[in-house]
Amino acid sequence: MIGLHIAVLTGLILVSSSVSSQGLNSATAKRGRILYEKHCASCHQLDGNGVPRLIPPLTGTDFVSGYKSRLIRILLEGLNERIVVQDEEYYSPMASFKHLSDQQIADVLSYIRAGFGSGATVITVPEVSAQRKKLK
Amino acid sequence: MRSIVILAVGFLYATIAFAQTPVTLQLPAGFEAKQVAADWGRVRHIAVNQNGDLYMKLDRLKQGYGIVRLRDKDRDGLYDDTLLFGDYTGTGIALGNGFLYASSNKAVFRYALDKDMNLVDPSKPERIVHGLIDKGQHGSKSITLDNQGYVYVNIGAPSNVCQVKDRMLGSPGMMPCTLLDSAGGIWRFRTDRTDQSYGDGMRYATGLRNVVGLDWNPVVNDLYVTVHGRDMLHQHYPEIYDAKLGAEMPAETFYRIPKGADGGWPYVYWDHLQKKKILSPEYGGDGKKQGAPGAIEPLMGFPGHLAPNALLFYRGDRFPKKYREGAFVAFHGSWNRSPEVQEGFYVVFIPMKDGKPVGDWEVFADGFTGKGKVANPRDAMHRPCGLAMAPDGSIYVSDDAKGMVWKIDYKGK
Repeated sequence: MIGLHIAVLTGLILVSSSVSSQGLNSATAKRGRILYEKHCASCHQLDGNGVPRLIPPLTGTDFVSGYKSRLIRILLEGLNERIVVQDEEYYSPMASFKHLSDQQIADVLSYIRAGFGSGATVITVPEVSAQRKKLK
Repeated sequence: MRSIVILAVGFLYATIAFAQTPVTLQLPAGFEAKQVAADWGRVRHIAVNQNGDLYMKLDRLKQGYGIVRLRDKDRDGLYDDTLLFGDYTGTGIALGNGFLYASSNKAVFRYALDKDMNLVDPSKPERIVHGLIDKGQHGSKSITLDNQGYVYVNIGAPSNVCQVKDRMLGSPGMMPCTLLDSAGGIWRFRTDRTDQSYGDGMRYATGLRNVVGLDWNPVVNDLYVTVHGRDMLHQHYPEIYDAKLGAEMPAETFYRIPKGADGGWPYVYWDHLQKKKILSPEYGGDGKKQGAPGAIEPLMGFPGHLAPNALLFYRGDRFPKKYREGAFVAFHGSWNRSPEVQEGFYVVFIPMKDGKPVGDWEVFADGFTGKGKVANPRDAMHRPCGLAMAPDGSIYVSDDAKGMVWKIDYKGK
């Protein structure tokens, strides 16, 4: 148990007691945060709460905390269908991020799951690679 | 009258609802705001009839209905009668020539009004337009009327900037942009014909990414619009646009739209700092190269991403002289200016004469967020979305976050 508290952003604090037990180390968290700010935050917002009517929140949804394979596929393939998150319908398309490396996808998704998915487990590079192989 | 729900909203309920008014709006000296409707959810555009009836178009059904009419039967200044009708969500609503017009994201309907301004049959509107593109993104259909029997319908482009793959880093712009055949412009239809679609109307203007605010200017008899500009300049081209420039650029725009006009989307955007039409980077732009020489220029540019959701020309004489012929614009507030704070969430005024701005825009009504600046639009308590003028010359502002409507009146001398 690493007793560190990592303040990643104003308003978002990753409590490492729950995070580190799931295997998110501070280096991954730092890389993930940088990737999140660069590629994700403009739409999903720094606090992960999304935008009413436009962009679904990453907080409080099993799209983030649930099946890893589905979450990885969304990043690799993008999303172009109506989805329902927290009883709200969203329909803005999300671009594919397959230009990111497996390491980058693993880092940013681990960061998102730890921060917004209530301490859900990390996503590993082999897990991303396995999904990428299934892409046609 | 089946399928119509009539609710009498009691005085007690109204008192409680208004006692909980959470925000105080900041207005110029002499103006006062009063909340006249509360908790209707996603109230998009609004219209006020000559007898004071307030019509609200809802983007989420309330008790199964998407249009609300509030009426003040006993003329005490409080709405005491509620009529719910229309089983569809949407944004657009307008009154004219004895009819109420309302839109879903695919169609436009009209409802006949009798001489007492009652709906003849709210369960049986005429469908005057149908089959319009709705792919979710920019799907809302704003409407306005001229004085020649036409309705103008915005058909927003289901795209950010017409890339081969929408919003995908590195994906080039389509050349030509085929989306413009059926979207990204204003279409005009007759008000008195049913079941018109693309083939029956005309593409009145093109190259407009997503118009949400539009109004007919009665002074010069022309269409004016406010456009939501593109996203992702900084996210996709950080080497040209740093984060601050990406937050500021491109302008949200205010256009006068002559018939046949081209606004230049997706090939160019309006740079309000350089005051030029700049070539989109997806089409080879570098932040400096100009493009689309045949496209019209806006009358005015606003800072990026503020989301101008409603436009209203002031036709009254109740407000001081400077407001005559001028325009009010309701800004919904931005979501993609981070890491800057979000902006907008206010109503601005543009002084105008003979259809042209005669001064800078100024904030007219502010304080809708309830908490000053917000980092995320979800933190804004209210988001201005619709505007209407009442017959007495006061104006109404709607909010699609909590479903409030305020009446703003001038009490000064």
